[in-house]
Parts: sequence; structure tokens; C-alpha cells
Amino acid sequence: MTGPADVIFYVLAALTVGSAIFVATLPNIIYAAVALLFTFCGVAGLYVLVSADFLAATQVLVYVGGILVLIMFAVFLSNRISSVKLSNPVHFRLPAAAICLTLFGVLAYTAISPAFVLKQEITYQPTTARIGELLMTRYLLPFEVASVLLLAALIGAALLSRPDRPDIPRPDMEEPK
Amino acid sequence: MMESLAISLVNAVPVLSGVPLWTITLLIMVMVAAVVLTFALTYSGLATYVERKVAGDIQARVGPNRVGPVGILQFLADGIKLLLKEDIIPAKADRFLFVLAPYLVFVGSFAAFVVVPFGVGLIASDLNIGIYYVMAITSLVVVGVMLAGWSSNNKWALLGGMRAAAQIVSYEIPVGMALLPAVLIAGSLSLQDIVRSQGGLFGIFGWNLFHNPFTFLSFFLYYVAALAETNRTPFDIPEAESELVSGYHVEYSGIRFAFFFLAEYGDMFVVSALATACFLGGWHVPFLDAEALPALWGNLFSLGVFLGKTLSLVVLMMWIRWTLPRLRVDQLMRVAWKYLVPLTFFNLLGVSLWLLLFHGKGIPQMIASLFG
Repeated sequence: MTGPADVIFYVLAALTVGSAIFVATLPNIIYAAVALLFTFCGVAGLYVLVSADFLAATQVLVYVGGILVLIMFAVFLSNRISSVKLSNPVHFRLPAAAICLTLFGVLAYTAISPAFVLKQEITYQPTTARIGELLMTRYLLPFEVASVLLLAALIGAALLSRPDRPDIPRPDMEEPK
Repeated sequence: MMESLAISLVNAVPVLSGVPLWTITLLIMVMVAAVVLTFALTYSGLATYVERKVAGDIQARVGPNRVGPVGILQFLADGIKLLLKEDIIPAKADRFLFVLAPYLVFVGSFAAFVVVPFGVGLIASDLNIGIYYVMAITSLVVVGVMLAGWSSNNKWALLGGMRAAAQIVSYEIPVGMALLPAVLIAGSLSLQDIVRSQGGLFGIFGWNLFHNPFTFLSFFLYYVAALAETNRTPFDIPEAESELVSGYHVEYSGIRFAFFFLAEYGDMFVVSALATACFLGGWHVPFLDAEALPALWGNLFSLGVFLGKTLSLVVLMMWIRWTLPRLRVDQLMRVAWKYLVPLTFFNLLGVSLWLLLFHGKGIPQMIASLFG
């Protein structure tokens, strides 16, 4: 099958992989973050291509609106904010290469193994209702465990950001008296 | 939807049957996108004129009155001026990101127009995840604003960008939570479905605004939180002329500045359109069902109703801007995290309980059932 969908797939795949290479190799961490933006958008595009609309929007909302903004905040709030030599040093090349190659092998084997049945006719249907139903029934426990984990992380962050030493005034959000 | 449109077009015009279907679908998509963008930009231009007129009225002066009758063509003059202005990129700025940032803001802001339900059949794409899509795509704006602040290599721009990002990220939570009651009542994320769920015989009382006390509160919570998300007074800390000069776009000029400026007005429209669709009945008016009218008149009528409601909310935003003073940055965060977030969560619980206890019936429906 060759058609516009295939062309779009290869364009999106090239965007995703190409910008991912930039994320790994660019020395400037802000540029790496911008490259990451395009990687996330490429992945979201791939989700749209397989009609996973909810997943695509979640990808953009969580990764672009959350993770990427967090990374940029971390860079902006560091004290070397104005220096251009913000570096993204490269360590552990060999172990990283070994891990990546192993992972690639496993994924490639799974992808070409006959475990996937290719359906010729696919009817696309709305996914949101089904996802919500599964989260509230079959996957309720993982869902709740994840939310407890997130709550713990939230409380931990609030605790860490408040100095409890008496000589430092509390950075409270209250009105100054 | 586009594909079915393309199929019906091919059926109507047999000459087109030689052309592959996807090219026709693509062409229709491009045309729809062009129409929506043209509308959005015209609206944004006119809105800047109205803003200045409203400001003039509130401050007891005339406002723009030289270009065209009562100054209505002022926005065209401004647009031409911005187009012809020299495009200045500061020498110490990061050129690539400086150029990229306005596009991200512009795209994030105007992509949301795709799912705005302008009328019975007037929606660029009735996405199944409408509201969620708007929440997702507007997060591009945050990245754009932060990049603009950083790449300008200017202290004020950087502070403005960080403030803007912190503000948008904080207020995204109450905005989402305040919209959820409408989703719960309609049982769908599609904006067109949410609008349809508010029709019926009750007229104005069929709107989600009057569904139950919690949705009534929810509308106001949404409007306040969304006002903050558009970074406008009284929540315009990121721009705060008196302390930050002009915030993240201080180094921008000419057409690049216009991108930020238009995106702000686009945001205002999207926010007001969501409020209209989710709480004010969208294109519904009492005693006249637009869907029962012939297609053309129904669409035109519902378009008028929807724009009327939405633009009123936009003008209300301008009114608020020129009436209220600005909050301080710590007050701003306190409003979001200590008041709006708990209130919207409480509201969400309230609406869920209400729907559970009264089997999804609103107060008007229950009163109506009392009288048989």
C-alpha cells in the first residue's frame, strides 16, 4: 500500500528520529529542549495517524505542556542563566550504545515477528469513552497507585521547597503585614 | 467529515472522479483552514480597534477616530504599519529561537479555532476530543512565550517569559477543572455535543449555567481563570508595564510583535467561545431551534447567535481590563492555588454528586417535572 498516508508516516518518522538525534547531540541544552519539542510533536503526529486522538492530545498536553516546560524552567532558574555555554556533556558512550543496541534489537525483533496480525479493514472509532471505562474498571488499581505516587511527589516537592530553618523567613504567599 | 464532503463533491461534479479522493479532501481541508484563519485574523484586527474604543470610552476620551468612519479602519492602518516596520533582531539575541518563538505562540493560539462550534454545521473539525484538544494545543503557547523571553537576551523579557509561563501553567488546572462539569453533563468532550446537550424546551434555563448551583459557580470560576490564562489585566503580571517594561515581547517589533499581539486576541476569543459553548448554550437561543430551520438560514442564524454571545464576553474582558488594577505576582499565585484550584475541585465533586443523586437532571427539569 502506497498512498498519502505512507508519505505522511515517513515524514513524521523522519521528524521524530531526526529531532531525537539533535536532542542527544546538541551541546546547548535549550536547543536540545526545542528539538525535544519537535520529537514530541512527531510522536503525537504518529498517534494521530493511527487514529489514537486521545493519546495524541495527551502526548502534547503532558510532554509539551508539562515535561518540556519543566525542563526549561529548570534551565532558566539555574544561576548560569545568561551564559551561552550551557553544556550538555557526553559521558558513558559505550554503555549507552550497548543498551540502545540491545533495546533496538528487542524492539526490531518484536516488530518483524509474526505476533502482530495485520488487519486489512479497520474501522476507527472514538477512544475516549473506552479508555475511561477501562481506567475505572479493569485498570483501577494501577490508576489509583499512579495517583498516590503523584500525590506523594507533590507533597515531597512542597516540603522540599520550604526551608524549615528558623533563621530563614518563610517564603509565604501571605500578604505582608 | 472532510472526506464525506469530498465524496459528495465528486458525486455532484463527475469531472472530478478522475482526481484521487485524497487530493480533493486535502484541498477542502486547506480551504476550510484558510476560511477559519481569515475569520480569526479579521476578528483579531477589529478587536484591537474595539479595545481602544472601549478604553477611550472608559477613560472619557474619544479613542481612534481619524482613519475611516469613527476610526473603524484604524486596525488596517496599524496592520500595514506593523508589516512595513523594520524587523529588528537584537545583536545579542539567539537568532534562531527569537525567530521561532512567535510562530509557536501564533500556532498554539489559532489552532484552537479549529474546534470552535460557530454554528449548527459550522465547525472546522468536530473532534471527538474537542475540549481536550484545546487544552493540549494551547500548551504550545507556553513554550513559545518562554523561548521568546529567553532568546531576547533581556532581563525584562526573561522575567516576563517566566512569569507568563508560571501563570499559564498554574491557571491551566482551574480552567480544565471548571470546564469538566459541562463535559460531565453532556457526556462528551466534543464541543458540538456539549452545545447540543443544552438545547430543548427550557430556553435559557436549558443552558448549563442554570443546570445546578455548581455549574453556575463553575462558569464564573472558568471565566476568571481563563482571563488569567490569557495574561490580561487584572492578571497581566507578565506584561506589567510599570515593573517589566513590556514582558516577553519587549524586544520584538514589526510583524513578529504583531504575532504576539494577534495571538492574545485570538486567545480571548477562544476562551470566550469555550465559555459560550460550555455554559451559555452555544448557538442556542430560546424559542427558536436553529437546527429546525433550512440549512443555510439555520447556519447563518446560529453563527450570529454564537458570535453575539462570544463577542459580548470578549468585550466584557476589555471592560474588566480598563476597570480593575493589576494583581501583584504573589497575589496572583495565591488566587490560583489557594482559591481557584480548591474551589474548582469542590465544584467538580458537587456536580458529580448532583448528577449521581438526581440522575443527571438539572433544576429546571426538576421544576418542570413537578408540574407534570
